[in-house]
Amino acid sequence: MEAYLEPTPPAALAGIRICDFCGQLAGAGATKWLAAFGAEVIRIEDPEREGRWDILRGIGPYVDERRGLEFGGGYNNHNTQKLGVTINVRTARGKELLTELIRQSDCVTENFAAGVLERWGFGYEQLKVIKPDIIYVSNCGFGHIGPYGAFKTWGPIVQAVSGLTYASGLPDQPPAGWGYSYMDHTGGYYMAMAIMLALLHRQRTGEGQWVDLACTEAALTLHGPALLDWTVNGRPSRREGQPHSNRNTSPPMAPHGIYPCAGDDAWVAIACRDDADWERLTAAVESTWTEDAAYASLDARQTNQDALDEDLGAWTATQDKFAVQRRLRDAGVPCSAVQTPQERVDHDPDTEGLWPEVSHTAMGRVRVDGLPVRMSRTPWRIERGAPCLGEHNEEVFGRLFGLSTADVAQLRAEGAI
Amino acid sequence: MSALAGVRVVELASERIAFAGKLLADMGADVILVEPPGGDPARGYPPFLDDTPGPDRSLWWWHYHTSKRGVVIDLESAEGRARFKALMAETDVLLESEPAGRLARLGLDYDDLRQVRGDLIFVSMTPFGRGSRNDDAPVTDLTILAGAGPAWSCGYDDHALPPVRGGGGQGFHTACHFAALSALTALLYRASSGEGQFIDVSMHGASNVTTEAASYSWLVARQTVQRQTGRHAAAVPTQGTQMLCKDGRWVNTGVPPRSPAEFGYILGWLRELGLEEGFPDAIFLEIGAAMPKPITYDLIGVDAEATAIFSAGREALALIAENVSAYDYFIGFQRRGIAVGVIYSPEEAFEDEHFRARGFQTAVTHEDLGRSFRYPGAPYQLPASPWRISRRAPKLGEHDRDILG
Repeated sequence: MEAYLEPTPPAALAGIRICDFCGQLAGAGATKWLAAFGAEVIRIEDPEREGRWDILRGIGPYVDERRGLEFGGGYNNHNTQKLGVTINVRTARGKELLTELIRQSDCVTENFAAGVLERWGFGYEQLKVIKPDIIYVSNCGFGHIGPYGAFKTWGPIVQAVSGLTYASGLPDQPPAGWGYSYMDHTGGYYMAMAIMLALLHRQRTGEGQWVDLACTEAALTLHGPALLDWTVNGRPSRREGQPHSNRNTSPPMAPHGIYPCAGDDAWVAIACRDDADWERLTAAVESTWTEDAAYASLDARQTNQDALDEDLGAWTATQDKFAVQRRLRDAGVPCSAVQTPQERVDHDPDTEGLWPEVSHTAMGRVRVDGLPVRMSRTPWRIERGAPCLGEHNEEVFGRLFGLSTADVAQLRAEGAI
Repeated sequence: MSALAGVRVVELASERIAFAGKLLADMGADVILVEPPGGDPARGYPPFLDDTPGPDRSLWWWHYHTSKRGVVIDLESAEGRARFKALMAETDVLLESEPAGRLARLGLDYDDLRQVRGDLIFVSMTPFGRGSRNDDAPVTDLTILAGAGPAWSCGYDDHALPPVRGGGGQGFHTACHFAALSALTALLYRASSGEGQFIDVSMHGASNVTTEAASYSWLVARQTVQRQTGRHAAAVPTQGTQMLCKDGRWVNTGVPPRSPAEFGYILGWLRELGLEEGFPDAIFLEIGAAMPKPITYDLIGVDAEATAIFSAGREALALIAENVSAYDYFIGFQRRGIAVGVIYSPEEAFEDEHFRARGFQTAVTHEDLGRSFRYPGAPYQLPASPWRISRRAPKLGEHDRDILG
C-alpha cells in the first residue's frame, strides 16, 4: 500500500455490503461502480467450476505469456476493488455460509439466467426469510417475468432484439450493429442505478424489494423519439433508406457524417448543426463547390446530402484527420477524428486520469477503465485489481463469521468453499 | 412511494443533459426544467405530432422531458438570477450542461450556489470535463462517439465503408447515465453525511469507458481491435454471426454452438424441418451430440473432428435460416436453449408480446390534446418504488406561477 500524505477522502458508499454473484460485464460493471465508491462488494464464485461461469475469467487480452483463470484482462477490468470468495452452494455447509453472508448484506445482486438462484434455494422469497429488508437485484436479458423469461442472451443478442443493432448501419448494407456489447455496459449502468434507487427507498421506508431488470427493456428506452414517431405518427424505423445512422434528423443536420482522410483507415466526423456552422465550414474549406446553390440552405443540404458527402469527403480525403479536426474546431464546427484505441488512451489529454493502474495479485500492475466523473467530496478509488479465485476467503470469513485460518482450511477440505 | 420522492432537481435545459433529468424524474424526483425566454431550441426538434411543427409538438421534447415541470428564467438578467438563486435554496440537485464559463460569468457556478444551498449536489456535464483545453470545442453526439472510441469499433468488414455511429443519441445517453449514477451516489452520501458536492462529468470520458474490449485490449496488451460487420470488433478476425432468413430479415446467431446438447437440438430441428437428408454433414452433428463435453476453442482448427463438428454446427445454423423466418428462427432456437436474436427495428421490439406482457408500453395522457399516447416504459422494475411517467413534458413556462409565485 502506498502512503498518503493527505487524509483519505470519505467513500460515498461506505458501510454498504453487497453479496454479489454478478459476472461478465452486464453484472460486474454494475458492482464495479459501487466498489469504486467504497461499497464492500463480496463477489462469490463457484469453487467446483473455478468461477468459469464468468467466461471472462480466463480469456484474453493477457498482460504477458501467462494463461489461466487468473489472467483474463476483461475480468480484471470489470472487477476492480471487489473482494473474492468461493462458496459451493451444492453443499449444506456452503448454503449455511451463504445464508449468513446474506444476513449481513444490504443487497444480493446477480445476472444469471432467470431461475438459477431460486434453484439453489435462494429465490427472493427465501432471501426475505433470511433478511426481511434485503434488496435483490436480478439482471438478465429478458427479465425473469414474461413469455421470454427462459430465453438466454449475450450482449449482441440483447442489442439485436431491442432494435439497437438495426438502428446502427448504412443503407443497402446489413445491420452494422454495435461492434461490442454496448448493452452489457449500459445494462450494468442501469443495474447500478437500480441498486442505489432501492437503497434510497430502503433508507426512507425500511423496505427492501426485488428489482427485475431486463437488459432488453433498458435498451428499448434508448430509442425514445423514434418510438414516439411510431406510436404517435405511425412512422416505422424500418422504411426505405433507413437506417442511415451516420446522418441525423432529430435535429436535422447536414453535412453530418464520417469522412475519409489520408492514411490507412483514417476518418473524421463532421456535423453542421445550422447555417452558421455551414458558413464557418465553407470559410474553412475555401473551395468553390461549397457555393453550389444545392447547398445554400439546411433543407437543400439535406435533400442533396449524397452529393454533399461526396464533395466534403473529397476535401477531407487528402488531409490528416487531426489536421481537419484542428482546422474545423478552430473554426467553431463540431468535428472529431475517429480515434483509434491507442490515440485516445495514450495521446489524448482529455482522457488523462481515466485509466488508473491497479495492482492484481497474479497479473501485477495493469491499467483499467476508470470512471468519467470527478466527485469533489467522495472521489472514486480504483487501486486493487480483480480478486483471484477465493483470494479473500480467510479475510472475509474471518472478519464476518469469526472463522479461524484452520476453520477456513477445513471448509476448503470439505469442498464447501 | 417513489424512490426519489421529496428530492428536488433543477435542470438547465440542454439537449445534452435532458435524459439525466428524465431518469430522475421518472423515479419520482421533482424535476424543474428551467428554460430561457423563448424556450429551449430542442422544442424545435423533429419529429412533430402529425408532422406539424410547433413549440409543444416535438416528440423529442415529449420523450426527454416526461415527469418534469417547466419554468422560464432569464439568467442574463439580475432579476432572473435572483429568482434562480431563490429556487436553488430549495433544491437538492442541479443538472447543467451550459457552455464553458457561462455560469461562472453569471455568478451561478458551484462556489456561488453553495452559498445559498450548503449541501447542494451540483452535476456539471461538459464535452471533455471542466478545465479541458477543448472547453470551447462544439460537439454533437456524432463527434463524441467518433472521438471517444465507439465509432472505431462499429461498422463493416469492408473498411472502404466508413465507421458507423450507432443510432439513437447514445453518446448523450451514456453521459447522462453517468450523470444520474453520480447524482444517486451523492444523494446516498449526503444522507449519511449531510454534505453535498460538485460533480464533473465528461461526455468524452463516458463513452471512452463504454467500449468494452477496445480500450482494455490496448491497455492490457497493446492490441488494436478492428471493426467487423454486426459483431464484436476484434484484434484477430472472427467469423460472421448475422444470417439472412427466408423472409429477408436478419438474425444474430450469437456464440457458435459448442456443447453436445446444442448439437442435439440443432439436429432435432433439422429433422423436423426435413432438412437432414440434404445436409451430409449432419453426421458430425450426431457425433457432436454424443460428445462427453463441449468443444473447447483451442481444439478448433487443430483437432480434425472437433473442427468438423464445429463447422457443421455453423452450417446447420445457416441452412435453417434459409428455411424459416427471422422471428421463427429466434423463437425456435431459444425454445431449444440456444441464444440467438431476431434483429428487430425499434418499433418491432416495442410491439413484441414479451414487452407488452411486462407492461413496457406506457400510456401518457396529453389532456391539452384530449388524447393519450403510448410511450416507452420502465428501464427497471422496482415494485416498491415504481418508475412512472407522472406527467407529459411541460409547455413553455407552464409552471411559472406554481413554482416562482
